[in-house]
Amino acid sequence: MTTAADRAAAGDATRIDEVALGEPAKPARLEGTGVKASTGVAYLFLAPYLLLFFAFVIAPAVYGFWISLHDYDYTLPGRPFVGIDNYVKLVDPDSVIFDNFWSGMKATGIFVLFSVPLLLVVPLIVALVMNSKFPGRNFFRALYFAPYVLGVAVVAVLWRFLLDTNIGLVNQYMGKIGLPDATAWLTDTPAAWVALVGVTVWWTLGFNAVIYLAGLQDIPAELYEAAKVDGANKWQSFRNVTLPGLRPVLAFVTMVTIIASANMFGQSYLMTRGAPGTETRTAIYFIADTGLRNFQMGDAAAMSYVLTVVLMLLSVGVFWLFRERKA
Amino acid sequence: MSEFGIPTNGFSRRRFLELGFGAAAASALAACGGGKSADEAATGTSGGDKKFTGGYDGPEVTLSYWNGFTGGDGPFMKQMVADFMTEFPKVKVTSNTVEWAQYYQRMPAAVTAGKGPDVGVMHLDQLATNAVRKTIVPVDSLGEAIGLSEDDFTPEVWQAGFFQDKRYGIPLDVHSLGMYYNTDQFEQAGISEAPTDEASLTAALDKLKSSGNDQPFWMPNRWPAHLMFLSLLWQNGGEPYDGESSTATFDSDAGVQALTWMVDVVNKGYSPKNVAQDSQYIAFKNSKVSVTWDGIWQINDLKAAKLPYALAPVPKIGSTAAVWANSHNFYITNQASEDDNKFQAAQVFIDWMSKKSADWAQAGMVPARKSVRESAGVADTTQAPIAAQIAEMKFLPPIPGLGDVQAQTLEIAVADAVLGKTAPADALKDAAGKASKLMEANKAKFGA
Repeated sequence: MTTAADRAAAGDATRIDEVALGEPAKPARLEGTGVKASTGVAYLFLAPYLLLFFAFVIAPAVYGFWISLHDYDYTLPGRPFVGIDNYVKLVDPDSVIFDNFWSGMKATGIFVLFSVPLLLVVPLIVALVMNSKFPGRNFFRALYFAPYVLGVAVVAVLWRFLLDTNIGLVNQYMGKIGLPDATAWLTDTPAAWVALVGVTVWWTLGFNAVIYLAGLQDIPAELYEAAKVDGANKWQSFRNVTLPGLRPVLAFVTMVTIIASANMFGQSYLMTRGAPGTETRTAIYFIADTGLRNFQMGDAAAMSYVLTVVLMLLSVGVFWLFRERKA
Repeated sequence: MSEFGIPTNGFSRRRFLELGFGAAAASALAACGGGKSADEAATGTSGGDKKFTGGYDGPEVTLSYWNGFTGGDGPFMKQMVADFMTEFPKVKVTSNTVEWAQYYQRMPAAVTAGKGPDVGVMHLDQLATNAVRKTIVPVDSLGEAIGLSEDDFTPEVWQAGFFQDKRYGIPLDVHSLGMYYNTDQFEQAGISEAPTDEASLTAALDKLKSSGNDQPFWMPNRWPAHLMFLSLLWQNGGEPYDGESSTATFDSDAGVQALTWMVDVVNKGYSPKNVAQDSQYIAFKNSKVSVTWDGIWQINDLKAAKLPYALAPVPKIGSTAAVWANSHNFYITNQASEDDNKFQAAQVFIDWMSKKSADWAQAGMVPARKSVRESAGVADTTQAPIAAQIAEMKFLPPIPGLGDVQAQTLEIAVADAVLGKTAPADALKDAAGKASKLMEANKAKFGA
């Protein structure tokens, strides 16, 4: 999962975006005096971050790539160079790892497909409600954000017991109101996907809602007034004022949500253990098993790189989708 | 819950600090250690010049001791360590307790980084894997020095500690699967004795059903389902793996019969469908289930739950009595064998702990040493009926990397069949094929 810190860091980036968006004329001021000097100063200010970025992101990434080219088990003395063998194994249907990896990728794909739209829409609705004025607003804002504060272990164990097929509260109550009371939320698909997606939405919607809320509050009230004067109804002003105003926020939220969902691990590790069979074992789950439990770091690194490339392509797609369109 | 249960309290800050301090102390000490190689130590050159007397007379020394006793067994181990330090004030033992599931990930990493334990406990079925990774060293000389011999152990547990003709672990206890039953519900159903075979188990389950316990025996799909499967497979005369030829043989007729029996428990209505992880045990703890098979290490947890229960050996469903078992074994790492004093202290520690294993029986385990097992303290414990059955206990063969192979193949096949996704024979055949491939790959990798 993406950590709160990652998200917070990314959150800062959006704020900068928004500022830039609000004052498009800014770059002009740089022209003329001392561009060169200010570049130097800029790098100086960037240095502390760049240092950390190189030490903790670039260097491990390069090292990881190097590992992916070896049969790498750090507890063994021999770590032979195998070239692209680890990658070839991932596309060779006869290798042991092939089925496991692609079923993991499939599980990740399913999860992303169902969780991302919900995590984009539901928090937006929550944010719209929270942005209007009503008594107890701050209480509800806190309430929706509260689950996000919990760790994945807490969330997963809590829901594992609530969703238990035979002794869980959810089935118990569903039976009481005349709904099916033997749904196998943790051991059968598609019920397990409903459970995993549902729990994730419940858990993380607060974060996206807060970002949306910040975006909503940045949309100037004059625009809504102007829309009103033009005779726009609620839907029209949402469609023509709110959504365009949220575009940079939406791009960010979409990207972060896709990445967080693609990195889903804890929920299925703790709630379903990949059940039934390995159907809900996500790519990250299998990578962790391979690399950390079985110490096959080479294979795990290769799989991570394939997943990374897929995510990068997706991100490019999202950027393209949310690009600034010229009329 | 399961022995490899959920790491809810995984790596707390306190444990992190303990680990940090322990590791720092250990590495500081390692730095002043002598320059003996692992091989010298392994062949007994190290520490050999000092004859083992059972006492320690060197300078003060600190031993870093790792174990995974996070459950009901933890307090007993803590007490034993404290008692040891009172008796040997010159030896300071710093414990680091990590949940087993994470233990086997962390321990090799820490040892590779030179910040691991000097001495520790691990499961018998992990010894071969760690031996081949050189995280632990042979203890043949230690076994001889403290006068351990096969006579004092059952051949099964003694032999399973050998890997490539060298001994890597000193057994502390054995622990097997057992059958727990709710004595109140048995009484209500008019069952006076614990079932011992298939006929009496079926009869008991039918009686329980007719006395109001609709589903008396829930069949788990995960832990400890694969241990139930292995027990039944052995009972049917099968063997799960062949180490010689690196093949998985759990898809034999014996295996198919075993798994079919488990699936039938669900099909015949003794168990609901889709029993999720740990829910059979939680249901048993809450008197919703009358019979459950689980590890004997759950004894203290059930005692604390104030449940009217008893423990009996797993019934003989197949043709011979057999039950899955494992064993906690002491090991020594390179780190300790490089330092004469540490090596000496580690030997004293292991010898003392092994002799005191009657105390350890209070933690729900069966002492591995015959002399201890037959002592009075053990005969009164809940697990005494299991201790009597020690000759029937079966251990997984010492094949490096087997634990991971099993988790990826056998366990999933059992889960799929119990959940009714795949027919037992198909599930096992597919999984055994994969397991053989993985074992082959491991053999090439480990050169074993």
